[in-house]
Amino acid sequence: MAALAEVRVEQVAREDLVMFVNACFSCTGQREFYGDARGQSVSIEFLHQYILGNYRRLYARTLAAGINHFNQAQIILNLLASGSPVEARDKAEEGALIAAALRALPSQRAFRVLESLRNRRINNRRARAVARDYVNGRANLAFDAVKYRAKLRAAVSHGHLKLEGEVAPFLFHGWKKRSFTQPLLETFRRAHYAQEALYELPYTVAEGLAVKHGVPRDVFLRRIEPRLTAAERLRLQESSARERGTPPPVELGRASLTKLALYVLALPHEVRRARQTELQTALEHAATRVLRRAPSRLGRVAAILDNSYSSSGSLEKRRRPLGVALATHYLLSSAAQEYRAWWTGPVEDALLVSARGQTDIATPLLDALAWGADLVVIVSDGYDNDPPKAVAELTRVFRAKLDPERRTALVHVNPVFDSEGYAPRSFGTAVPTVGVRDAEDVPTVLGFARFAEGAASLGELEAYLASRVEAMLARDAQGRQGEDGGSRDAAQADGGEA
Amino acid sequence: MTDARLIQRLEPTGLRLAPSQVWGGMRLVPVLRDTVRGDLRMTLRTYDDEAAVVSVKGGLKEPGLKYVSYVPHGLVMTWAGRQSEAVYGAQLQPSDGKRLKAGPFSIRLLHRMAHREDRRQLRMLPLHLAMEGFLSLQFGGPEIAWAEYSREGLSRGLDPRSESSVPGWALPMLDGALRTFEIHSQQVGLLLFKDDALLSAFIVAHPEDYRALHRTLVEDFYGELLLQYSFGDEPELGLTLDASRVSSLEDLRGELNRMRQDWADFHGFMAGGLFGVDVTSTRVYKAGGFLLQRFHTSLDPDEENHIGEAIVGTDGTLEYLKTYRLSSAQTRRAYLLSQLAESDWHLETTAERLRTTSQDLAVRLRNAGFGYLLKDSVLEAAQRKHRR
Repeated sequence: MAALAEVRVEQVAREDLVMFVNACFSCTGQREFYGDARGQSVSIEFLHQYILGNYRRLYARTLAAGINHFNQAQIILNLLASGSPVEARDKAEEGALIAAALRALPSQRAFRVLESLRNRRINNRRARAVARDYVNGRANLAFDAVKYRAKLRAAVSHGHLKLEGEVAPFLFHGWKKRSFTQPLLETFRRAHYAQEALYELPYTVAEGLAVKHGVPRDVFLRRIEPRLTAAERLRLQESSARERGTPPPVELGRASLTKLALYVLALPHEVRRARQTELQTALEHAATRVLRRAPSRLGRVAAILDNSYSSSGSLEKRRRPLGVALATHYLLSSAAQEYRAWWTGPVEDALLVSARGQTDIATPLLDALAWGADLVVIVSDGYDNDPPKAVAELTRVFRAKLDPERRTALVHVNPVFDSEGYAPRSFGTAVPTVGVRDAEDVPTVLGFARFAEGAASLGELEAYLASRVEAMLARDAQGRQGEDGGSRDAAQADGGEA
Repeated sequence: MTDARLIQRLEPTGLRLAPSQVWGGMRLVPVLRDTVRGDLRMTLRTYDDEAAVVSVKGGLKEPGLKYVSYVPHGLVMTWAGRQSEAVYGAQLQPSDGKRLKAGPFSIRLLHRMAHREDRRQLRMLPLHLAMEGFLSLQFGGPEIAWAEYSREGLSRGLDPRSESSVPGWALPMLDGALRTFEIHSQQVGLLLFKDDALLSAFIVAHPEDYRALHRTLVEDFYGELLLQYSFGDEPELGLTLDASRVSSLEDLRGELNRMRQDWADFHGFMAGGLFGVDVTSTRVYKAGGFLLQRFHTSLDPDEENHIGEAIVGTDGTLEYLKTYRLSSAQTRRAYLLSQLAESDWHLETTAERLRTTSQDLAVRLRNAGFGYLLKDSVLEAAQRKHRR
């Protein structure tokens, strides 16, 4: 009996962790097509508290599993809020993980975490040490002081940090008291009095000051253009086209794969048709860049891509499921030796895809199986309605009768978190479901899929997480060494989530 | 003169049902059309007025029979090639009727339920057309001055007759269901179920028109069943594949098609109270080869009853359909009136037909809201008898 109970305990632990990691890949607490934002955040908060309370070590290690930024930030905050673990080894590992994860976050997200420390009234010794180390490790603190002024001030005052040089007076006494020798701080001061100095500031800082000076929007956008970062350029496409005619030129070669896919989907059909080769090359390049970072060679791969109406996402995540599907299409086509894609609605060219119609996944799935793929990847939100539950039934019978030896691998990649099920919605037990936020995660989650399927044991999952922790800490140590040599261009480091 | 195109029985020929999509107690069943003729198009015309007064008889501002209701939108149908407005949607709309200001409110005066606007263009008020037909059933009241009827009943008949219904937006779930519904590419219509009771059917001729009109379903009105209390969600039906009949991928495909067919059969069965039952139709308007008509089912209180309007093409295909499910109280009222009319409004004869006494019939009439037809003395006598 005792042994049986132990097996069950282990099984429960594994299922809990798989569910949690899966949720951390896809959920961002934002509104989805079928679910509202409130339900999403309640659901994910509950999961975090539950895993933190029961499996603290593994909870910390999830930071290294390649989960999305939203959940990384949540884990860091929750760990800092709940004191440090008793055992010295755990304590050291957790501390290193928090520091590494915080450094790897995009700057605005990391500073947001520090600011949340104040809002959540977390002020233990460890939290102060984490904030101090992060701020001291910044390459260009003057830049941060200008761009993230309120957040940095919150972190500094809340953690009683000592800052060298002019940054502290700048943060706490403001620009009216004195002039600065630090060029950027001095520019910021002058920009309050002279329009000309505006254009040497980062775009987000200058934007508000331009309104104060009454600079016309079109003049401002034209002159600030050289200062725009790649992410800001992508973001400004639509609004600047509305306001002055020509959007800032985008270097398509620099944008990340999923962002690029979302950018393409936001373009009107005629534009997409006219710039077809250019867009296609950019997407292919972005896909190769992702694969260079996480190399994975695949054999004969079939993709079932959902472009039904529900893939249009929500107001907060506009067209994201469709964007992930499109990006995955390019990623798999360059990772596989042989590749074919089936969309649920007919598409003449993947670039011209749009979200329309019902979800019939069963028919393309049958076609893909008939084609004889080694690996079938389904990218979908998990709702199939033509007919309902067809995929679950189809895969169940297929596994039971036609492919008991599992020659064909089936994976369901889901970009949408279902708040009621605490996990991305699945197509039944015959297909493992893994959550993603970006298509860039697909190589990672393909590795994770065997845990989602339930075949691997808890020990294997722990080993997997431990190996990812080692890799992450090694990467972080390497990055810090490189940073000591030359200072990074702070403006470039500022990419992150749009 | 009877027209062959008047519907005797609703048959969904040329139409196909697809598997339903379920959202919180609402079941939406897509209706697909495989061959689209494209010579009858519908487009939306919105009215943003608080109420509309439709002159059914007589001129716009003259005394006559009026129909008063909240009318959020009308449908403009064009046929036989005159399709510009239907296809592109946005066009300067011709002024429709007249607007009156009544304090902070605006009221629209509309001429007729179905109004010819151009050689091949007709404006109609969907559902209101059918509802007006339903209300005008036995409108005139008794034709022979039997002693039991009140003076008011004899001189004015059932005027004014009113029915209440529930607007779609009264149920937030319906909005959610329509928002998350995924429209099929060949879809021309929708059957709307709540707790597996058919509330309404809406079918047009062209898939693009349906796509444009889909969201108007939330502005339409429905029977009281829409608000009837229910627990939880619609049960998901467990249609499964039979593993023992599968030995190849082709078998699997066959089984999948069977599953799809099962869904269609199931929905066809669920909609059996509307499709395949006998209906009584009256002609409303002849537009080219198309015949606009309104109909009602048997009005038997023991069955589910629908009223609606339909357009049938020259070859007898159903090109347009919109129905409203009567609540049981509405059915009872209609049933009583039709029974009275068939016995020339004679209370004793009607009571015999219904196998009851005339006193009980009087009480039933009062309960149904027609007490004003009868003399007070008759009613009081009946109630005294009833109480005993």
